[in-house]
Amino acid sequence: MPDHAPVITVTNLIKQFGRFAALRGVTAEFDGGKLYAILGDNGAGKTTLLRTLAGLNHPSSGNFSILGANTFRDVCHQVGYMAHPSLLYDEMSGMENLAYFARLYGISQAGHRCSEVIQAVGLDPTLQRPVGQYSQGMRQRMSLARALLNEPKILLLDEPFSNVDLRSAADMVRLLAGLRDQGKTIFVVTHQASLLEGAADEFVWMQSGKIIGRTRALTPPEPGA
Amino acid sequence: MNSTATTSTPSAEGKTVSGITLATLLKDFRLEWRSKDAINSMLFFSLLVVVVFSFSFDPTAEESRQIAGGLVWVAFLFASVVALNQTWARELRNQVLDAYRVSPAPPNSLFIAKALGNFVFVSVLEMLMTPLFIAFYRLRSIGPAWQLLLVAALGTWALVVNGTFFAAMSIRTRSREIMLPLLLFPISIPAILAMVQATTAILNGEGARFWIVLLVTYDLVFTTSCLLLFETVLNAE
Repeated sequence: MPDHAPVITVTNLIKQFGRFAALRGVTAEFDGGKLYAILGDNGAGKTTLLRTLAGLNHPSSGNFSILGANTFRDVCHQVGYMAHPSLLYDEMSGMENLAYFARLYGISQAGHRCSEVIQAVGLDPTLQRPVGQYSQGMRQRMSLARALLNEPKILLLDEPFSNVDLRSAADMVRLLAGLRDQGKTIFVVTHQASLLEGAADEFVWMQSGKIIGRTRALTPPEPGA
Repeated sequence: MNSTATTSTPSAEGKTVSGITLATLLKDFRLEWRSKDAINSMLFFSLLVVVVFSFSFDPTAEESRQIAGGLVWVAFLFASVVALNQTWARELRNQVLDAYRVSPAPPNSLFIAKALGNFVFVSVLEMLMTPLFIAFYRLRSIGPAWQLLLVAALGTWALVVNGTFFAAMSIRTRSREIMLPLLLFPISIPAILAMVQATTAILNGEGARFWIVLLVTYDLVFTTSCLLLFETVLNAE
């Protein structure tokens, strides 16, 4: 059964790059076992929020706790992160990439696990081609496989559907919904919100570095709500 | 999906560190073998230095022994900068470094693997180029030649340990190819001085003990400093 207790608590999170504030006091609680779609225009702070939760950006002020820990490092083995770039070595095959990352996570039976996640995202584990020769869509799916490798409790996904064809994107949404049903908490930053309609439990709307509303349906919040 | 992914316990941390270091080192060898980015550039650069200088000078055997130390090490220093820049450049493509940063892998495993990888690349370059230096400059060592191996190992480590660290520092700067020599060369002066003086002393049959001790001390101090500071550099924005 999915556990719906809060797994991430964000309190007045501010992130500045020089004089530009990418996050301007984000405060929110996110329950476990849910799929959140984080939406907003370019520059709304979606990616910065995700990178901050993933420990890649340091907050300028404010704090957050993730799975009860105040630093990402303490729970990094329970979190999967997929960025806009693939985070994969172009010169190595998908299997070689994943085998390397499996070592970083100390995963036992790495070969079996790598095959499992590659198949889960709809790719062939025996594919010998280097990732640099993959199509953009295949690269995105292999990147998702890398994020799933350590069986994370929390998945932070930045634009997983970009450049993916509609059928593959729908497969990815089904996979994510299945993982959510297993109790995982999933955050998806996307500009293709319609793909998550019916699958996402909540739509989190961001604008100018703030969360301006959270809705259960894909309808923007009322201004000032 | 079935649950087969398990993470290591803290008791296995030592084994994990060496395992991750080895995995990263082998991964870097594989990437270099396939791309040959670093080794080709280093080889061409060193070859050019040997040929150009051999046409510029026509030293006697005695003069060769006096200038070879400086010539050899300056050529290797400039050539190694190429490898050092490549080390981190391949981690920046597709932002793969972020995948390492979000993993539980210890930062120092990455640093040690990168430094060892660079040590191997520069050592391979030295092994290939040394016979050419000997042939072009008609070098004959009067002192014990085996000591040159020791100086080469210590000197190469001095170059790559600092170089790996400063290359990591400069990866997020706009002009990192320029930034690395600006940071690396001044701090390498004591090591370069020791390397050149030790090589010249050995070739001329003089004692090189002081310079070798200086190199050992330099290596110990800077290896320790780099290991202590690398995590901060890796996680800097």
